[in-house]
Amino acid sequence: MILEKDVVVIGAGPAGLAASIEAAKAGAGVLLVDLNLKAGGQLFKQIHKFFGSRAHYSGTRGYDIGRKLVREAESLKVDVWLQSTAVGVFPGNKVGIERILDGGVKKLYTVHGKAVIIATGASENAVCFKGWTRPGVMGAGAAQTMVNVNHVRPGKKIVMLGSGNVGLIVSYQLMQAGCDVLALVEAAPKIGGYAVHAAKISRAGVPIITSHTIVEALGDEKGTVRGAVIAKVDSHFQPISGTERTIECDTIAIAAGLRPVVDLTRLMNCASVFEPVFGGFIPLHNTDMETSVKGIYVAGDSTGVEEASVAMEEGRIAGTAAAQSLGYLSAAEAGKTKKLLWERVNSLRSGPFGERRLTAEKNLLEHFREEIREPQPEIMIGGLAHGAD
Amino acid sequence: MSSKGIPDDMLVCRCEEITADEIRQAIREGARDVTGVKRRVRAGMGLCQGRICEKFVQQILCQELHMGLVQTGRSTARPPVRPVPFGELARGCGNDL
Repeated sequence: MILEKDVVVIGAGPAGLAASIEAAKAGAGVLLVDLNLKAGGQLFKQIHKFFGSRAHYSGTRGYDIGRKLVREAESLKVDVWLQSTAVGVFPGNKVGIERILDGGVKKLYTVHGKAVIIATGASENAVCFKGWTRPGVMGAGAAQTMVNVNHVRPGKKIVMLGSGNVGLIVSYQLMQAGCDVLALVEAAPKIGGYAVHAAKISRAGVPIITSHTIVEALGDEKGTVRGAVIAKVDSHFQPISGTERTIECDTIAIAAGLRPVVDLTRLMNCASVFEPVFGGFIPLHNTDMETSVKGIYVAGDSTGVEEASVAMEEGRIAGTAAAQSLGYLSAAEAGKTKKLLWERVNSLRSGPFGERRLTAEKNLLEHFREEIREPQPEIMIGGLAHGAD
Repeated sequence: MSSKGIPDDMLVCRCEEITADEIRQAIREGARDVTGVKRRVRAGMGLCQGRICEKFVQQILCQELHMGLVQTGRSTARPPVRPVPFGELARGCGNDL
């Protein structure tokens, strides 16, 4: 027997929570699935205050936004399955879910969602240098989870690779947690992230070493990190021999960007493109956030790496559109809401970083209109076409 | 942070312990995309299913064959997208209980 839900939302981060709330508010029965111990995704790692307008929770810390969304979803009777992993999406919108039961036993469930919203977020890019597999080398996001969620310091002496916003913010938060951040190493000739974040690091006396990279993680007798060998790079980002120097540290955190998690949309053969501005391969979507496969929606970082505020708006659009497709909202009601939400997304995509994303998004929407037009109910698995029902 | 010239002895796929040299050897033997490399030397066939190394394999393909990233392709998407133990599959579907 297959369980039935109006809307199945995969991923309970900012996008998935917002999508669930909108769909449930319209009257749809929603199942929200997340593999973590609690809902909220990256919001619970974000101890800093958000920028932007009041509509985008400016001045509020990420975890407070997370709490608010979780409470709202609960009050709307969204069914939340935690420690539950969506392991596949199959023809006809069937979602395979590995769910944990009392006593820690896991079982597989199949849930049919009349609409499925995929909000699986992003994963961290690795960088390979000599010794990159040593214990003590980790993603900046992993280090952030350790200090902000689990209250454990990843190490005492940290070297951060990458000076984008993640590298800058996580360095500062590691310092707040009592770690000694010895240096930020950046391959590009200038700092990648916002000046306001970089200034905080610099004021604390942490050097941001540009045009440099890590060439080796040195290991102690147990093999764990005892130092980072850094070197200057040339204009092609190649290390210049003879410029190496060693920084003694016990942890190397890597902030080399994020890329969308697209396993599930790939499984459904959703049309996708490679768009570096959004972090790599992403599923295309229309203004309903619906992919090329009818009934499959996307929102948040899984359709392009941006910020939590954008993820929430995209989630709201997807939730509204899904509810509309199931008849819970009239075209007029949903249209009005979606128009407002798109205006809010566009307002977030401003400034030198945002404008590139605004242009890229416009091109992707156009691409969808021209190449795909309407989401296709037919999907291909292993070269065979299956009907959606 | 380009890995142009990832050294031959560098571990690229940590799950299957495949070095850059082994990947280059696979390319010399005719691999032309991520799947071709995977079939020859198992890079991307381990627990993480290429989530970490696929990008490195793509970079090596780009350098060796002077091709664009998109042409290197990706490994085939197959369920389950996260590891599921056989015992769990044997336990049957939770829906039926």
